[in-house]
Amino acid sequence: MKFTLSWLKDFLDTDASASEIADVLTGIGLELESLHDPADELAPFTIARVIEARQHPNADRLRVCIVDTGNGGDPVQVVCGAPNARTGLIGVFAPAGTHIPGTGMDLKPGVIRGEASNGMLCSERELRISDDHDGIIDLPEDAPLGANFADYAGLSDPVIDIGVTPNRPDALGIYGIARDLAAKGIGTLKPFVATPVAGAFKSPIAVSLKFDDPDNAPCPLFVGRYIRGVKNGPSPARIQRLLRAVGLRPISALVDITNFMTLAYGRPLHVFDADKVTGNIHARLANAGEEIAALDGKTYTLDDTMTVIADDNIAEAIGGVIGGEPSGCSDETVNVFVESAWFDPIRTAKTGRRLAVISDARYRFERGVDPFFTQPGAEIATQMILDLCGGEASELVVAGTPPMRGATFDLRLDRVKTLAGVDIPADIQLDILARLGFEAAAEPDAANKVSIAIPPWRPDVHGEADLVEEITRIHGFDKIEHVALPRLRDVAKPSITLLQRRRFNTARALAARGLNEAVTWSFLPANQAELFGGGQAELQLGNPISTELSDMRPSLLPNLIAAAGRNAARGFADLAMSEVGQVYHGDEPDDEHLHASGIRAGNTTPRHWSGPPRPVDIYDAKADALAALAAAGAPVANLQTVAEGPDWYHPGRVGTLQLGPKIKLAHFGEVHPRVLAALDVAGPMVGFEVVLDAIPQPRGAKKTRPALGASDLQPVTRDFAFVVDDDVAAGALIRAARGADKVLITAVSVFDLFAGASIGEGKTSIAIEVTLQPRERTLTDAEIESVSGKIVAAVEKATGGTLRG
Amino acid sequence: MTENNELNALEEGIVAAIAAAADERALEEVRIGALGKKGAISEQLKSLGRMTPEERKVAGPILNGLKNSIGAAIEARRSDLANAALENRLKTERLDVTLPVRPEQTGSVHPVTQVWEEAIAIFAAMDFDVAEGPHIESDWYNFGALNMPDDHPARQEHDTFYFNAKPGSDERKVLRTHTSPVQIRTMENSTPPIRVIAPGRTFRSDSDMTHTPMFHQIEGLVIDGGTHMGHLKGCLEAFCKAYFEVDEVKMRFRPSHFPFTEPSMEVDIGCSWEDGELKIGVGDSWMEILGSGMVHPNVIRAGGLDPDRYQGFAFGMGIDRVAMLKYGMPDLRAFFEADIRWLRHYGFSALDVPTLAEGLSR
Repeated sequence: MKFTLSWLKDFLDTDASASEIADVLTGIGLELESLHDPADELAPFTIARVIEARQHPNADRLRVCIVDTGNGGDPVQVVCGAPNARTGLIGVFAPAGTHIPGTGMDLKPGVIRGEASNGMLCSERELRISDDHDGIIDLPEDAPLGANFADYAGLSDPVIDIGVTPNRPDALGIYGIARDLAAKGIGTLKPFVATPVAGAFKSPIAVSLKFDDPDNAPCPLFVGRYIRGVKNGPSPARIQRLLRAVGLRPISALVDITNFMTLAYGRPLHVFDADKVTGNIHARLANAGEEIAALDGKTYTLDDTMTVIADDNIAEAIGGVIGGEPSGCSDETVNVFVESAWFDPIRTAKTGRRLAVISDARYRFERGVDPFFTQPGAEIATQMILDLCGGEASELVVAGTPPMRGATFDLRLDRVKTLAGVDIPADIQLDILARLGFEAAAEPDAANKVSIAIPPWRPDVHGEADLVEEITRIHGFDKIEHVALPRLRDVAKPSITLLQRRRFNTARALAARGLNEAVTWSFLPANQAELFGGGQAELQLGNPISTELSDMRPSLLPNLIAAAGRNAARGFADLAMSEVGQVYHGDEPDDEHLHASGIRAGNTTPRHWSGPPRPVDIYDAKADALAALAAAGAPVANLQTVAEGPDWYHPGRVGTLQLGPKIKLAHFGEVHPRVLAALDVAGPMVGFEVVLDAIPQPRGAKKTRPALGASDLQPVTRDFAFVVDDDVAAGALIRAARGADKVLITAVSVFDLFAGASIGEGKTSIAIEVTLQPRERTLTDAEIESVSGKIVAAVEKATGGTLRG
Repeated sequence: MTENNELNALEEGIVAAIAAAADERALEEVRIGALGKKGAISEQLKSLGRMTPEERKVAGPILNGLKNSIGAAIEARRSDLANAALENRLKTERLDVTLPVRPEQTGSVHPVTQVWEEAIAIFAAMDFDVAEGPHIESDWYNFGALNMPDDHPARQEHDTFYFNAKPGSDERKVLRTHTSPVQIRTMENSTPPIRVIAPGRTFRSDSDMTHTPMFHQIEGLVIDGGTHMGHLKGCLEAFCKAYFEVDEVKMRFRPSHFPFTEPSMEVDIGCSWEDGELKIGVGDSWMEILGSGMVHPNVIRAGGLDPDRYQGFAFGMGIDRVAMLKYGMPDLRAFFEADIRWLRHYGFSALDVPTLAEGLSR
């Protein structure tokens, strides 16, 4: 919301400067967005006189002017192309070096067709004070030579722009802003004057409201007036200047008056060319499919939820939103009909949204225009029209009544202290409210409670808390003392949940393993969702920002894989990235799961003198998954690894880490080549997905650890190689070996794998190292032999393999 | 004394041979020649058996002394030779210390995670617990319960992502536009005093340099019998000082409007730009960091509590935004692009767990 200082002063009697006012606005909730004085950029422009204007010797359309700048210096020669440049003209002069606002150019001394030119005589457009560029500014004879032109022309009128929150329609008029400033003590509000204009005749156009349910009418009040014999034309310079200063283009007096009313009072109006209206005017709901050619040059198709102002033939305006083109005013307009009506905010908002019309009227009506100002607005507008365009006004025609709650709310006079934490004396509280238009109905009662009537221009006030806000914001939030929150506990307690702890621990464990944590969108393209088991209708956005972000992610992998592809395209193909975040398997809260996932792509390390690089493989992903699970507190020692998993992994290179078939904690594997192809990413790439919320809750709160039980005796290792069928899982072999003597055997590792003709087709040799830990005394050869025998027997039984000879 | 002379000559000969031994093998030959089974000294020692007791009494100590001194001399020479050999070997074993070390992958934690943990550390010290809520929300939790009934104009400012209504239903779920629904879920499930923060993802259909369709917020909620705006200001000031790790911070509390708080205020912190570097807590510029206010009575009621008995404050702060301010990332969009260069540059070490005792940041 923009306004100028002089315009504000129409309603506020104050000596405060623009910057003093700007400082206060933000503090009372009208946030200052900018403050600028158009005169600042006009400082170099002064009033000067053309001593002599003669024909340029080398150009028909140019004149050489000798200019007296009035500053006592030598006359300056200026080459000028304006048709009105003449001897004796008093104009506006800019010396060389001046920045010309209207052209954006810096003026340089020069020679134009052989004649020196050391400055410029300016048009209004060059000063950006109007669009006029037909000639240079031509001032009256008595204009003071050498004086600053902006001062002379009264152009020094600072423009203030504020952000108005949607609850404050009253501040969408300068009068309302003045009221707030006056309440704050910045001057005195000058009450508006809306003297009823006496009607000279009865309006030939009648108004009526045609709604099925008059108690809930979308337009409950319509005030109109016929004015005959007006003469439309440009509005006065000040109105033009004010409109231009706030970013509007002056059109004609009749149009400018409606814009002036909107800005000054927050009261949108419409003026019809009465000669283009057929019969009488009424407000009604539009007929479905009804069309209207609007003032913005577009034609809108309406539906039966929208309010229109119609004559006996057609809809002439969309109520509260925009006027119609056929009955708009022009320079030829002689008779007009002024409309001041009130439109339901919600319906106006919906209509505006559906039609995608943005207008100053809609902006105000959808936030709530003061219904009780409908008639005063019509009176003020009438007077302006009579003043600026002449003519004769009819009697007012009124249909309906202002819709108003007449609300009052109780205010406990200690409530500001208990809610806002600031002690403001009761009389000051009531004084602030009164300045804002909130009147106390009576003296405070025995409980120090007072009933406050809410003014009609404040539809946002719904109760005591709002009154506290009104008092406190005018008093000043800065006057509220800071108070530390009282401690609830002597020492802070852990504050995060188990799942949150898992989130952070896992993120850090993966970072420690060399993965770079990313945060990616919760949504992705539909085809990627489908590849990872998603794409369900209830997880598709109705209004996605793009088709690339249309579905909720069923897995963290696709975004990471796609990101790896983008990184590879930038030359970073070897990488490891992780994410810990939510995935979505349905639209209920329980369907959101916290996953920790990661991918590794390319080689584990770059080329290096110490050895060849190694491509990533599923054992990297398995190690990541195990590390994530360990960090999240999963019972890693009890996990089973089974050779199965979701179909976005390579079917022969996927594993699941589980605590039994029903508690699957993680998948890992090589990303399926078809998935990589669909995402247009090169392999190899491995990944893992850990379901953090599937990990069972730890039992009990035991902090002590079991005794260490380290033996002084040296462990003994023995190696075995077994020839087994290809499809025997190493895990089964390890498990069998470990199980052969659960006390003595403390570790089993696989140190060699071999397949070849020497051991037979379809066979693999798996070599293991078994660690035996003696507990009480050194093992004898016989004891070691006995354990070895048990290991061989157990492995052969479990795997069908044989000890390799 | 002939014998003595002989022994002296023997000793001198052996000592000379020890000194002349150029390597351990030569030295070993000297040892064998002197102390071996048939060595010169060994032969002499054998002669002791043939002597009279008196002769033996004189010759025994002399010969044994000779054996010991020669043995020690050989060991000393052996040690010298070994050292010299080692020195020689080491001279040939030089490695180029300027070669680069074996590469290891250095991981990192995303700034959002880091700042999220920083905020938790600070609010935990003010006795806040951490709550969470779902991202896919009902209309009620995201709007209705927060004093934004159907057609409330503020809904339009939220740029909400909607899901399609299911067949036979007109309820459309939404992606939560703020973390405020957690206020309601928390009040429904607890008894005052309530002090929680709720960090997490939020979503709005908006995209430019400072807006992304997904971003992170931290909600704060305090509900009890007497918490007022002074506490709100005090709590936020304490947070800002701790978070930005400054002793003083310039703050501005502006009246504003949110449907779910009354009174409402937005909070700016003072900052300055010097040589392209942002300084927090000083200067003439203001940077908005959060919205806040006293919880609206309708919201307390929607949470199942009695607004005549309970009151308190709530705030919502952008995690990404305060991360940008503290750590100097210029563009919000880059947070979510998973550009490995960005992650490595702006990410944090796995070991940088923020704590108040050890300092939030290095």
